[in-house]
Amino acid sequence: MSLEKPYLDIPGTTIFDAEQSRLGYWLNQFCMSLMKAGNRARFKANERAYLDEWPMTEEQKQAVLARDLNRCIKAGGNIYFLAKIGATDGKSFQQMAGSMTGMTEEEYRDMMVKGGRSVEGNRYIGEDGDAQAQHQPQGKAGKK
Amino acid sequence: MARITASVYTSHVPAIGAAIDLGKTQEPYWQPVFKGYEFSKQWLKDNKPDVIFLVYNDHATAFSLEMIPTFAIGTAAEFTPADEGWGPRPVPKVIGHPELASHIAQSVIQQDFDLTIVNKMDVDHGLTVPLSLMCGQPPKTNFAWPCPVIPFAVNVVQYPVPSGKRCFELGKAIRKAVESFDQDLKVQIWGTGGMSHQLQGPRAGLINKEFDNAFLDKLIADPAAAAAIPHIDYVREAGSEGIELVMWLIARGAMSDVAGGAAPKVAHRFYHVPASNTAVGHLILENK
Repeated sequence: MSLEKPYLDIPGTTIFDAEQSRLGYWLNQFCMSLMKAGNRARFKANERAYLDEWPMTEEQKQAVLARDLNRCIKAGGNIYFLAKIGATDGKSFQQMAGSMTGMTEEEYRDMMVKGGRSVEGNRYIGEDGDAQAQHQPQGKAGKK
Repeated sequence: MARITASVYTSHVPAIGAAIDLGKTQEPYWQPVFKGYEFSKQWLKDNKPDVIFLVYNDHATAFSLEMIPTFAIGTAAEFTPADEGWGPRPVPKVIGHPELASHIAQSVIQQDFDLTIVNKMDVDHGLTVPLSLMCGQPPKTNFAWPCPVIPFAVNVVQYPVPSGKRCFELGKAIRKAVESFDQDLKVQIWGTGGMSHQLQGPRAGLINKEFDNAFLDKLIADPAAAAAIPHIDYVREAGSEGIELVMWLIARGAMSDVAGGAAPKVAHRFYHVPASNTAVGHLILENK
């Protein structure tokens, strides 16, 4: 019998469930290691070498090197763990969240100041809201 | 006998902590957020509890993927503010209340809630930001939080998180546990996290004012109905991280009206968008 996953029809959203957690175990544990200043320094000095110390998949390593958080999440990453990479890079949660939308920092910040992203059209895959696949990337940052 | 005098509900956005720590509270972006807590700071001074039972979630700080307790009660004598990667927040260490905490652990487990007991744990912004919002920055001359705090961490990071109904029932068990403690203590229970927000994927930045305000209405007047909201409604309507709101139901379940007492007094209600990626919601309910 398969597990109940009623959240698979929400656009632009990956729920960090037991399966994603299993896929992302080493990716997320690598992120945890960045909570120690010594590890942050070693990672910054040679990212590839540091990543190679972890039994992560090549896709996970590439996603980290590219700082592509959507790819990291697809590969089992969770935002609270990935935030340790952001902290290492000196990025805020807002910069990290915004980076996944294809908007520039300014565009994303403006959206939030204006009340945030509307849920209209963004409840179910197949509607026409701005988070739907057909509308990606959403901003100038993704259209370079 | 110890008793629960009031419950407090608030978001625990990390950027709010950063704004306080960096002295940005009077900037136009942050001013409206902190204005919403001016009443609350005075209220906490006027209604100082002996202990705060603080329900929050750990954000991959004390708990990595090595261990994921669904409900964890902090029974230690003290808890250190964590370095979450930006350096530890410059806030006082958190003094626990091991006697009451271990009493609650025993009582609640005997009421069929299988808590994890934690005697060593750093606490992250989930716990310290609500304290900063309600207490302000403690003066250098007396650098301490106003009273002991019992940290109660809920897993809302890895799905499935506990249901709203389970959290509400747990709140009821916590109230019974507190009331069976012999010392005459005034205890506040705080539920933190939320409101609507999503921090990941192309749907990041989702805010749903209608959902949030309906949730506040329901939490005040019909908490059993709020507890019946299924996970999927939080995720779909309030964003993947909006699910943190289940933690508010633990605090609400511990109020006396749920056990047949009078309806609580709404001492304060506040709502503001945005703080960073998040809708800020805040309530204070007093037991009559």
